[in-house]
Amino acid sequence: MTTTSLLPPKSGTPETPARPARRRGAAGPAMAAPAMLLLILFVAVPFVAAIGFSLYNVRLGDPREPNFMGFTQYARILTDPDVSAQFLSSLGHNLIFAVIVVPVQTALALALAMLVKRALPGMAVFRAVYFLPVIFPMALVAIIWRLILARGDQGLLNATLNFFSGGNFGAQDWLGSELTALGSVIVLSIWQGCGFQMVILLAALQQVPGELYEAAELDRANGWQRLLHVTLPGIRTTLVFVALYTTILSLRVFDQIYVLAKSGGGLNEDATRTVMYQAVTAAFDQNNIGRASAISVVFFILVLILSLIQRRLTREREA
Amino acid sequence: MATTIQNSGPRNSAAPAGTPAAPRLRRSSPRHRAGITVHYFALVITSLVFLAPVAYMVAASFAPASDTLAGFKVFDVSHWGLHNYSGVTASLSSDSTGHLWRFFLVSFTVTVAVVGLGLVVNSMAAFALSRLEWKGRGIALLGILMLLIVPFEAVAVPMFYLYNDARNTLWIQIVPFIGNALSIFLFYSFFSGIPRSIDEAARLDGAGPWRIFALIIAPMSKPVYASVAILTFLTQWGAFLWPVLMVSEPNLRPLPLQISVFAGQLPPAWGQVMAFGVLLVLPVLVVFLLFQRWFIEGVASSAVKG
Repeated sequence: MTTTSLLPPKSGTPETPARPARRRGAAGPAMAAPAMLLLILFVAVPFVAAIGFSLYNVRLGDPREPNFMGFTQYARILTDPDVSAQFLSSLGHNLIFAVIVVPVQTALALALAMLVKRALPGMAVFRAVYFLPVIFPMALVAIIWRLILARGDQGLLNATLNFFSGGNFGAQDWLGSELTALGSVIVLSIWQGCGFQMVILLAALQQVPGELYEAAELDRANGWQRLLHVTLPGIRTTLVFVALYTTILSLRVFDQIYVLAKSGGGLNEDATRTVMYQAVTAAFDQNNIGRASAISVVFFILVLILSLIQRRLTREREA
Repeated sequence: MATTIQNSGPRNSAAPAGTPAAPRLRRSSPRHRAGITVHYFALVITSLVFLAPVAYMVAASFAPASDTLAGFKVFDVSHWGLHNYSGVTASLSSDSTGHLWRFFLVSFTVTVAVVGLGLVVNSMAAFALSRLEWKGRGIALLGILMLLIVPFEAVAVPMFYLYNDARNTLWIQIVPFIGNALSIFLFYSFFSGIPRSIDEAARLDGAGPWRIFALIIAPMSKPVYASVAILTFLTQWGAFLWPVLMVSEPNLRPLPLQISVFAGQLPPAWGQVMAFGVLLVLPVLVVFLLFQRWFIEGVASSAVKG
């Protein structure tokens, strides 16, 4: 494939050291080829296949030829009462997740970044503490929190609440109750992810010129005014990036739901299932690759929309 | 936590009226010191909240089974011992459960291979895309930018079907993650910032593209290699979705999958699960503490994507 060349015939001996500068087309494709090939095999082809599979009733190990179904899978997950209820509720959970996690986690990460930005002794230690959960695999995070959130008087959270409320409050079944299940997953996800955003925002905060703060101080701006008129405009691009990146992460939520629902976590599945959880259970438990592919395609369209918004918002600024 | 950050600067309300040249607060003023106290107070309280789950994991790994799910009892140091650590080693020591050392070996092999091969393959591609001229470069670049948007989750299901014959192999846990559009993009951004005159000088000295890449550009780009290595390492060490779909053979399970399997056993041995958790985090923690600055800079630089 790489032999196609528009070059003059004399470039036929590529090893001549005399004219390396004009040796167009030899090294370039060769160096790009391994990565390109891998990306084609493991991203582009599966991606096109997802669209293809979603139009057929593909099943693993099925000796029959898959039938063409057109957009039936999409119609089912979106409108068929038997199937769509679960899919739409999973979309709803991702939406709630994003609506809560994006502002809360971004604000918390910004607050932490501002806390550790100040030049005081010991800041490196605090920064490391907030970043620590990032190195924990989400599967482990889910298990630790499953124990902390254990129902009755078993879990650490209930014991703590019980202690501070003098025994009046603290027998909550955090993961099992319909009301608190998703909230619990949100809390543990923020705990794990917040340090990542903090570090990105901290880097942005350090780019804001110090003179701006000095000028604000001369103008007698108070803390809020400095935050609103100096800090936030100064890190706007990064803030937009972090918020949209977190939104995309909110769509991708899978590990913690799967671990808590399948590994003895006692998670209320109906109150927490997400789009990716739906896709995996459709493919894995129900062996319905066609439907799982349709879910994957819908999932991708949502990610695509968010990515386009992100590019638009960040480009506007640069223009 | 969400309270405004106390700072040493003067406030409008606090400035005495009618004194236009109100003195700025000095470093040693009582208000300044009060501000610092409040600042540290906020730092300590949030740190305690962040550390509590880690403390619980460590405590439960030492505590006897009767204390694991019994409120504060888990922190009763007088009951602590190493029985959970010997227990988890004994529980995971047969071919039907998988061997503890195997899970570590699988995770190490997969992570090291994906990070190492990924650095070579992706930086090479980024070099070709950013500093060489060749036919099809524009299309390749456009393709990478498009693939950048496709998250792994979107292709996991079709890949599960397409590569089903490779279930329960080591290579299917490695090869799909070597080529990485985000890594290429990060390398590309960094390489594009290196002046062209360097390549031209080397070219005049007779160096070809391979040598320019290996001997000049790559050694100049250590920070981006560190960033990409750390980002890939964090993603790969915690990888869960793909192993769930592709691995059922105990001795080929990576650590995150194995700990979820272990936690799902009946009756659950939570102390042993937490001991497993500590063992799982420990190597990463050591690497993190040694290369903390790189971790933090590596993550921060991922935002240049925006």
